Amino acid sequence: MAVVDAGGEGGAAVEVSDLVKRYPGRPANAVDGISFTVHRGEVFGLLGPNGAGKTTTLGVLTTRVLPTSGTVTVAGVDVAADPVTARSRLSVVPQRSNLDRALTARQNLVFHAAYHGVGRAERNRRADALLEQLGLSGRGGDKVDDYSGGMAQRLLIARALMHAPQVVFLDEPSTGLDPQARLFVWDRVRELRAGGVTVVLTTHDMDEAATLSDRVGIMDSGRLLALDTPAALTRALPGSATLDIDVERADGDTDEAVLAALAPLAERVEQVTDAAGLRARLYLSGDAAALVGPVSEALGARRARLTGVRIGEPSLEDVFLSLTGRELR
Amino acid sequence: MSTDTAAPALTAGAGAPAPRPPAVGRAFRALLWRDVFVTGRELVPFLLQVVLQPVFLLFVFGKVLVELGFATAQYSLVLLPGVIALTAFLTALQNTAFPLVIDFSFTKEIEDRLLAPLPTWLVAVEKVVFSLLRALVAAAVMFPISWWVLGALPVQRADLPVIGAFLVLGSLVGAVMGMTLGTSVRPNRINVVFAVVLTPLLFTGSTQFPWQSLDSLRWFQVVCALNPLTYVSEALRGQMAPEVPHLPLWLCALALTGFLLVFGTTSLVGFRRRALD
Repeated sequence: MAVVDAGGEGGAAVEVSDLVKRYPGRPANAVDGISFTVHRGEVFGLLGPNGAGKTTTLGVLTTRVLPTSGTVTVAGVDVAADPVTARSRLSVVPQRSNLDRALTARQNLVFHAAYHGVGRAERNRRADALLEQLGLSGRGGDKVDDYSGGMAQRLLIARALMHAPQVVFLDEPSTGLDPQARLFVWDRVRELRAGGVTVVLTTHDMDEAATLSDRVGIMDSGRLLALDTPAALTRALPGSATLDIDVERADGDTDEAVLAALAPLAERVEQVTDAAGLRARLYLSGDAAALVGPVSEALGARRARLTGVRIGEPSLEDVFLSLTGRELR
Repeated sequence: MSTDTAAPALTAGAGAPAPRPPAVGRAFRALLWRDVFVTGRELVPFLLQVVLQPVFLLFVFGKVLVELGFATAQYSLVLLPGVIALTAFLTALQNTAFPLVIDFSFTKEIEDRLLAPLPTWLVAVEKVVFSLLRALVAAAVMFPISWWVLGALPVQRADLPVIGAFLVLGSLVGAVMGMTLGTSVRPNRINVVFAVVLTPLLFTGSTQFPWQSLDSLRWFQVVCALNPLTYVSEALRGQMAPEVPHLPLWLCALALTGFLLVFGTTSLVGFRRRALD
């Protein structure tokens, strides 16, 4: 299934159409005909289990993997036809540090900018500014070997911004980071978006995908299974939103009759047995909050009173598991 | 490091359309400058690494054995050009082979260069040019050391252009052979492969003997003819010790050019294979 989402107000920062990648000697395609568009200024998350094809897709987008077929443009440049120009407009924050260990932290930034043709005064200015913004000022003269994992990750982000790219690719940006470092990286990603930079990230972390991304593509076995905003993806999952209600029924009414009256409103109604009074759980698709009014009306008609409401939203994880299955891989 | 103060500068200039097509020449020079910069900072360790072995070779075989009467003074004339050729050739070879295995397989440091705005093959060419520079420095340092060890240096000013040209050609062949090796060897085999390749290269390069005098050991002569180092040694010997039998310069140039074309191709193919999936 190919999910196409073309256009958008800001125009396309990344356009992938019918991308296939088959490694020689492998029985199946690593990427099996995917298409999607990332809008300018958007944070786009590629979510999928290990081996889903996320990293291969990112490799093609960043000119490091040659596509078997299909076309990919990044910042308006066909990455296969003109990788050199594409490289000048994109940058990559890799999953594992590939910093130049013969250089200091600051020299890593300055030389990266030099590779990209940034003038001497400008690259020095940017290096100092970025070191400060990423909480590394004072540590610019250190060898990168002395850096902790979190500091290295911040330096990788700084390096990626040195040549003012239009699209930044982050591969598993917070894997292996402590919670503080993770939040710090998330804040920087939001800043990038606020500054108009397009961000494409891969992750298998549901929280990361749901909190950071404007839209999420869920990949498995080289295919794109779903593509939408995190909210729309969870809304579309049938029967996974819940509304728990506490009811004080009228004298002479029965629990069964109340539940029967509520049944037409939801996909399924269950009595929650551990509660002291009458508590029911309504399973439904879509927005649970919108059902509070109708439920209240239905109870009012029976002269019952709604005394408590709790909304259970499905998470992206539910969507993910329903699409990719539960078996280990 | 509050988020509020971080916001403006983080994306300063980012996201703007690229003003001009990428400057490939500048990128190439920046890559080369990075390598020269790093070597310049570690010049002494670098020189120790590359000249210690040839210096001992020269000292023991060209000086000690001669003093002890096991070799004639003429032997040091045979040896000196060979050792200088060896220094340049092996320095270039090792400088592309080892770092590339480590870069591609372990540190991945090369990735930032591969994402620089220049064609992938130029990243490989930069490595070769840098290896050439290192090899020439190592060879140049060998001249005064040789003079110091042997007490004489049979080089005329007029010989220098030809010696220089063959050192360049020989270093280039060494560099592309090293790159071929570095991009084809599996990282877990690196120790074995280098032992199996380097030692034979060291002893079949006509460094310690004139190739033509191997007539009586025909099979070994054939083996030595397959080693590109032979032609560097022979060409240098032709300039520095013309009275010793040696191969003609044109033949050495032809052979080295052939090796350069073959290994140049295999090195670029190998590099591309490792750089792009």
